[in-house]
Amino acid sequence: MKVSYYPGCTLKTKAKNLEDGAVASMAALGVEFEELPRWNCCGAVHSLADDDLIHQVAPVRDLIRAMEQGSEKVVTLCSMCYNTLARANLLMREDETKRNTINSFMNEEKDYHGEVEVVHFLNFLRDTVGWEKLRSSVKVPLKGLKVATYYGCTLVRPRNVAIEPAGEQKIMKEFLEALGATAVGFPAETLCCGSYQILANPDAALDVSATILDGATRAGAEALALSCPLCEFNLGKTQEELLGKGKISKEVPVYYFTQLLALALGLGGEVCRFDLNDKLSAEFLKGRNYPLEAVA
Amino acid sequence: MSLIRHSTKKRKNMSIEISEKTVKSDFVERVMKLSGQNIYKCFQCGTCGGACPMSGSMETVPRKIMRMTQLGLEEGVSESKTCWTCASCHTCTVNCPRGLDLARVMEAIRLLTLRKNANHIEPSKIPAQRVKQLPQIALVSCFRKMTS
Repeated sequence: MKVSYYPGCTLKTKAKNLEDGAVASMAALGVEFEELPRWNCCGAVHSLADDDLIHQVAPVRDLIRAMEQGSEKVVTLCSMCYNTLARANLLMREDETKRNTINSFMNEEKDYHGEVEVVHFLNFLRDTVGWEKLRSSVKVPLKGLKVATYYGCTLVRPRNVAIEPAGEQKIMKEFLEALGATAVGFPAETLCCGSYQILANPDAALDVSATILDGATRAGAEALALSCPLCEFNLGKTQEELLGKGKISKEVPVYYFTQLLALALGLGGEVCRFDLNDKLSAEFLKGRNYPLEAVA
Repeated sequence: MSLIRHSTKKRKNMSIEISEKTVKSDFVERVMKLSGQNIYKCFQCGTCGGACPMSGSMETVPRKIMRMTQLGLEEGVSESKTCWTCASCHTCTVNCPRGLDLARVMEAIRLLTLRKNANHIEPSKIPAQRVKQLPQIALVSCFRKMTS
C-alpha cells in the first residue's frame, strides 16, 4: 500500500529521529510512504488573522501536491505540521470567499477545494494499519516500560482538527499498549510546553515544561512519548538546565512515539536515531536491556 | 490550585484610566475585524487566564486585556506584554464559555503592532548557538508571531 507523506522541515534535519523510525516501521508493515514531490514548509503555525491569506498559500500548495499524486489522504508525523495543514484544509473546504481568493492567487496551480484528508500518523496507525496488526507485528514488546502519553497542544486544539474527540486522549494509550508498554496518563498531558516562547520568554516556557515533566514523574512514568519536535526540544533538551535550577525533581527520557514503534518492531537503534535525543534516552533503554540492534 | 508552578510575578496596579485621552473608539473595531471575534461577548469570567499555561508569567491576565479592549484602551493593551507571552496554545479558546477564540484576539493585538513595521524580537540578535540547537519549527513559529 502507498500513502502520500508530508515530512516537514525539521524532520529532515534535527528531527530525523521522528521520521526515520516511522518510515522504516511502515516499510516493515508493507506501507510505502510516498513523499510529496516539491513540498515546502507548512509555515509551522496557522495564521489566525482574518485578513491574512498569504500565509495559507504554503500549506495549501502542499495539499495540492498531494492531490496531484492522486491521493485521498496525506499523512504527517509532526504535530505542528499536522495542525497547520489540517486547518488550512478546513479553510479551503468551508470558506468559499477565501478559497476563491487563494485559488486565483495561485493561478499556476490546480484549484483546490479541500479534496485531500490530512491524517496524523497516530490516526493512520489506528484506522488504516490497526492496533491488532500492530500488536501481532511487535518483536520486542516494551513490557514493563511505563511511558507518559504527552499530546501537547496541536494534536488536540482547536477541536475542529483534534485527532480524537475532546478530552478523550485514548489514541496514544492504545498505541503504547499495542507495543506492549504501560501507558501512563497524567493531568498535564495536553498542557502546552511553552512552544516558541522558548525563544522569546524562556523562563516562562521552562516553568511549564517543568510542570509537565514532574507531572509525568509523579504519575509513575519512567519515560515520555510525544510527536512534536518543538515539544521534544522543550521537554527533552532542557532537562539539564531544569534540574540545575531545581525546577524538576528528576530527569525523564523523552522519545518520539515513532522511535518506540521502530524499537518494538525490532528495527534497532540505527533506525531510531537515539543519538539525536537527549543523552539519557539511549542509556535508559540499554539499562532496561531493550535491544538497540535490529532483531531478525 | 494552579497546575503550573510559575515563579510568581507581581501584578501591576489594577486601576485603569478611562478618559478621552485613553479611549480609542476604533481600536475595538480594528481588533474585531482582524480577529473575527465579537469582543463584547466577553463577560469577564476569567476562565481564559485560569486555563492559560503562561498566565503566571503575565503581568496582565487575558481577562483584563479583553476588558481594556472593550473599552478601547489601545495604549494600555499595546504596552502590555500579554500578547507576546501568549504561546497560541488555544487552551483559552477551547475553554471560553462565550465561545470566543482568544488566540485570534491575541494575534490581532500582536499584528496591530507588527504591522507598524516593528519587530518584537530581532532574529539577528539570537545567539548563533541557540539557533543551531533549536528545531526549525521553533524559529519559524516565533518569527511568524513576533516579527513584521
